Amino acid sequence: MTLASLSPLWPELIVAGAAMLLLMVGVFRPETDNDGEAVGWLAILALIGAGVVIIQQPTASQTLFDNAFVIDGFGRFMKLLVLAGSAVALLLAFDDFRDHKHMKFEYPVLILLATVGMMMMVSASDLISLYLGLELQSLALYVVAAFRRDDVRSSEAGLKYFVLGALSSGMLLYGASLVYGFTGSTSFPVIAGIAKSSVAAGNIGLIFGLVFLMVGIAFKISAVPFHMWTPDVYEGAPTPVTAFFAAAPKIAAMALLCRVTLGAFPGFTAQWQQIIVFLSLASMLLGAFAAIGQTSIKRLMAYSSIANVGFALVGLSAHSAEGTQGVLIFMGVYLVMTLGVFACILSMRRQGGAVDTIDDLAGLSKHNLPMAMTLLVLMFSLAGIPPLAGFFSKWYVFLAAVNANLWLLAVVGVLASVVGAYYYLRIVKIMFFDDAAEPFLPVRAKALAVMAVSVVFVLFFVLPFIGGPIVEAATAAAKTFRY
Amino acid sequence: MALTAGFFYLFATLAVFSAVMVIVAKNPVHAVLFLILTFFNAAGLFILLGAEFLAMLLIIVYVGAVSVLFLFVVMMLDVDFAELRAGFIKNAPLGLMVGGILVIELIMVLGFQVLKPGIAAQASVPIVPGASNTAALGRVLYTKYVYFFQGAGLILLVAMIGAIVLTLRHKEGVKRQSIAAQNARTPATAMSVVKVPSGGSMIPDAKPARVPEPVE
Amino acid sequence: MIYTAIVFLPLLGALIAGLFGRIIGPRPAELVTTGFMLLAAVLSWVVFVQVGFQHTTAKVQLMRWITSGDLEVSWSLRIDTLTAVMLVVVNTVSSLVHLYSIGYMEEDPHRQRFFAYLSLFTFAMLMLVTADNLLQMFFGWEGVGLASYLLIGFWYKKPSANAAAIKAFVVNRVGDFGFALGIFGLFAVFKTIQLDAVFAAAPGAAGKTFLFLGYDVDIMTTLCLLLFMGAMGKSAQFLLHTWLPDAMEGPTPVSALIHAATMVTAGVFMVARLSPLFELAPQALQVVTFVGAITAFFAATVGLVQNDIKRVIAYSTCSQLGYMFVACGVGAYSAGIFHLFTHAFFKALLFLGAGSVIHAMHHEQDMRRMGGLASKIRITWAMMLIGTLALTGVGIPHFYGFAGFHSKDAIIEAAYAAHTPNNYAFWLLVIAAFMTSFYSWRLMFMTFHGPARWAHVHDDHAHHDHKDDDHGHGAHEPHESPPVMLIPLAILALGAMLAGGVFTNAFIGVGHHGSADPYKAFWGAAIFEGRDNHILHAMHDIPGWVGFVPCIAMLAGLALAYLYYILAPWLPAATAKAFKPLYLFLLNKWYVDELYDFLFVRPSLWIGRALWKGGDGAVIDGAIDGTAGGVINMTNRVVKFQTGYVYTYAFWMLTGVAAIITWVMLNGGGAR
Repeated sequence: MTLASLSPLWPELIVAGAAMLLLMVGVFRPETDNDGEAVGWLAILALIGAGVVIIQQPTASQTLFDNAFVIDGFGRFMKLLVLAGSAVALLLAFDDFRDHKHMKFEYPVLILLATVGMMMMVSASDLISLYLGLELQSLALYVVAAFRRDDVRSSEAGLKYFVLGALSSGMLLYGASLVYGFTGSTSFPVIAGIAKSSVAAGNIGLIFGLVFLMVGIAFKISAVPFHMWTPDVYEGAPTPVTAFFAAAPKIAAMALLCRVTLGAFPGFTAQWQQIIVFLSLASMLLGAFAAIGQTSIKRLMAYSSIANVGFALVGLSAHSAEGTQGVLIFMGVYLVMTLGVFACILSMRRQGGAVDTIDDLAGLSKHNLPMAMTLLVLMFSLAGIPPLAGFFSKWYVFLAAVNANLWLLAVVGVLASVVGAYYYLRIVKIMFFDDAAEPFLPVRAKALAVMAVSVVFVLFFVLPFIGGPIVEAATAAAKTFRY
Repeated sequence: MALTAGFFYLFATLAVFSAVMVIVAKNPVHAVLFLILTFFNAAGLFILLGAEFLAMLLIIVYVGAVSVLFLFVVMMLDVDFAELRAGFIKNAPLGLMVGGILVIELIMVLGFQVLKPGIAAQASVPIVPGASNTAALGRVLYTKYVYFFQGAGLILLVAMIGAIVLTLRHKEGVKRQSIAAQNARTPATAMSVVKVPSGGSMIPDAKPARVPEPVE
Repeated sequence: MIYTAIVFLPLLGALIAGLFGRIIGPRPAELVTTGFMLLAAVLSWVVFVQVGFQHTTAKVQLMRWITSGDLEVSWSLRIDTLTAVMLVVVNTVSSLVHLYSIGYMEEDPHRQRFFAYLSLFTFAMLMLVTADNLLQMFFGWEGVGLASYLLIGFWYKKPSANAAAIKAFVVNRVGDFGFALGIFGLFAVFKTIQLDAVFAAAPGAAGKTFLFLGYDVDIMTTLCLLLFMGAMGKSAQFLLHTWLPDAMEGPTPVSALIHAATMVTAGVFMVARLSPLFELAPQALQVVTFVGAITAFFAATVGLVQNDIKRVIAYSTCSQLGYMFVACGVGAYSAGIFHLFTHAFFKALLFLGAGSVIHAMHHEQDMRRMGGLASKIRITWAMMLIGTLALTGVGIPHFYGFAGFHSKDAIIEAAYAAHTPNNYAFWLLVIAAFMTSFYSWRLMFMTFHGPARWAHVHDDHAHHDHKDDDHGHGAHEPHESPPVMLIPLAILALGAMLAGGVFTNAFIGVGHHGSADPYKAFWGAAIFEGRDNHILHAMHDIPGWVGFVPCIAMLAGLALAYLYYILAPWLPAATAKAFKPLYLFLLNKWYVDELYDFLFVRPSLWIGRALWKGGDGAVIDGAIDGTAGGVINMTNRVVKFQTGYVYTYAFWMLTGVAAIITWVMLNGGGAR
């Protein structure tokens, strides 16, 4: 094994190496309240570097380490999303953490390590690498959820996430051991081969293994009924951390779900499809209904992310190239919208500190029209109103579902969208028509940049030179799997 | 063969029993002790499978370190277990029902054939004939499984960073030993010669040129 | 024509009494239903003779019912010996109960409704026994369940009656679930539910397997066990028996008709009717035998210590049904049906007699407050005595006896001849026979003999609160029932004395030395016996002592009861004290109810409450409100699950896993 043969692994090596290097840098620098800023910038640089390497990689599929690691079109697409999500979430963290005098250098390091974990998940083609990636990511997430350790809510969020995450990991491991026990291999291609054979048809043991595996992953994407940690953790964790949670880890876990279902169990389509359909229906409906009564915008975004996961699962359940393409596009658009919204939430600052209730947005248009317009565009997009990006992303997944004859899913999805539109538009109504509350402090540059990029993306997704390349890349990436 | 089977059932039964007792035991210290018993039985099962290295590791790490740590924590924490138990009993029927359904379904799994027979045999044979367990592990750990090995290493790194970042506190005013500073001390910085006027007193400088005293 | 008349006369009566009862008044309603029933009873005896002894079986198609794909179902009456026997049993007992009820229900203001229900029940039961396909049988099956529910809860103002009615209904659902699954399975395998077609196709499926819940299982065994589950529910076999004693909350004639003579025997009838299927599933038959024997034993033990006169008889019924299932289980279907036939007479007699006692005692049912009634109500006493003699099987071995003697002893002999492992069935039945004798005589002695405990009841128990406020206890002198109640008793007593001896040869008689078997001629094609099934012959070739064992058991029971309740009345209390745990165990009916309460009732209540508050409150109400405000309301309740406690979240996760696995297992496991 030479260094050259490791070339597909370069992006991971860059990020992991940067994490360890920056850890040393942080430790040996004099300690201050905000010693993490320089480290943070370097971390963003490393993430961008890894992204550039990924773009440069050849398009052909390659595997390493006896199939434990695979790099292919799907993986590269998802990894780019993950890297972008991590980098932007990290960027958004600087100002808020500085306000709390808590910008420690460990935060960027942990984000980098979590990103390595997510990249491992995206590239996993083996039960062991699946688990290691998942655990690496999760463990880092548990820590950053509780990062503001003097804040009770943050600690509570970390602890809850940890306990429930451990439970879900236990179930995932149980499923993995069942799958290994019944097929004799941890490698996805081997499992796929055995699962396709006629001996395996209807083997309950294998099905149970699959179910437990999927349950473990469903927890990570917070699909109903494994979603209950989400609102509490989103609300309790520091807002930049919540922004991070809502973006990259969701994408990585969704990629992992695709790997397991499409990569390892194409022979068990009938079985996993009905589970995905169930998770999808439940997530869309619960996400839509439960979001309505929320007063905290962070909680609302938690339910919104649950509903959005439901929509993404619609695409997966179609089990077609079209559906996978829908998932990829949906996750990309979701990433941009979510980060844009969190940039707005992070800008909700008053003299006394940050606020996060929906009522605080009242009359925003009166004193900060640009921010109000940004939120308006993003909310319209989340509600799925054409011609914004959110409309197209939903359109792709629903189209795939209809073509796969999953009418129920498509119909319920549209209904859930309508219910969801209610609470998205309520925010617009509050911003534009309610009496003005106390104005916010001016928006800061980093948040402003993120808001601007996301609005431009959402508004002009319909134009061929923005949406086009993404759709094309997704189409190519979806062909990675055989259907 | 019969002896092996006998021991298998012995260990397996004891493991399940003590696992149940971990949950049922009234006294939390007993629960941890039962946990240790569970580990021991699992180690026994490993030995039956020919994985003595794992067995020893289990005992050293889990029993020797983790469980003992648990024991300390449990003894130091003042948790009202009676109150927890009340909640447990209140929800027991429902929990039992859900658990029972799961158990029944999991038992039904047993009725199914393993798709690739011979796995059990394969697992118990050392990968390199003649090599000891530890050597065999060592040979694959850094070659075939290096990816997993490094991944696991990263996880441990995260755990370490996490533990430090969540608990380490630098309190102001705590006296610490700095060996470098102590070594760098010279008579010039350490002491100053003052002249005390006879019959008078001398107040030292506000900034004493002294490093903190070494901790004995 | 005559068949149609038999089946539809009760329906006509029910419709008249039910729909026009308020207009025509109670008395005409009684007369119409009773008259129709009597007519039907007479006709069914005619049919019985025609079919049983002149061998004219028939099949009458009434109308087509459902035609959908492979499924073709029509309403038709299948008249063979088995049907004819059941017709006789049902219509005879039913008509006598109608007659009896005229006297018993005299004071009730809702008599029309009562008689309408009774006739409706009879109609449903007739539908069941004349069914030519399983769907029609299921229709009758559910029909009798419904009528039973209505009649148990007839006194709907009594909370205990309502609870008992619901319990009977719900427990029966458990069995019916299995029955329905069995029918689905039959259709899935044979593409028909026509009895003849199924019987013809069944041998082809013997020994083959199919996938059930993801498992490869034997077709016939699985289907028969599922069907038997239905039988267990309806016939109150062990574990599904809990509803029967509670059903005694209904009026006593109902107990006699439904819960002694007819409905509860539907399970036995079904097994006999489907004997061509059961004969192909030996394992299923073993289960039938086992369940029957356990029930016979269990119910008899519980019967030993009950104090409510009706409950004693109820447990006795349960026990006797166990006997019938043992007979079916060992292949002696004809013996099972024979016992069903005789049992109908003497058990209806006992119930109606108990009703007469209760009537005399002004609705007192506790035997501890009776005693010494023999001289007060002589005719009732005599009738009850005959019933008891028949139930305990009094007779001279190898010669002649009361009804139970012939049928019950035949079953015990068959159980011996079947050679179950360690002869467990035989011994359980013999022990049960001993206990039967003990509790039957205990009932007689406590009720009719010994000192009268009713006269001074008022002084002793003045501080007790009384359930009935319109009747005082023992304040009135016990009085004999009117003739309209005594005549049915007399007719049934005649049956109890004669039904055994007269029909033994026809039902279970075998030819000697190679001559034709009378029972085969009698049953014709109605009951199927496998080629290797010679149980009816074998039971005549058993050692001589076996024939005496039940008789000895019966005498021992009588002697012991005499000792306990006449000679040394202090003994029962002393025994109860000495064996307190055992006594409590029996008194509490083996704690089955308590077990069910813990296992099913409480979790269900919990879920029910959760669904009511969360599901119904949130989802249903929310949907009905339908407005934005309603949606917000619903949202708040959905969010209520979000308690903030980790264990709640973990619980929902586990519930989700369990639900998904169950779903996948039922839906996807092996379906591919």
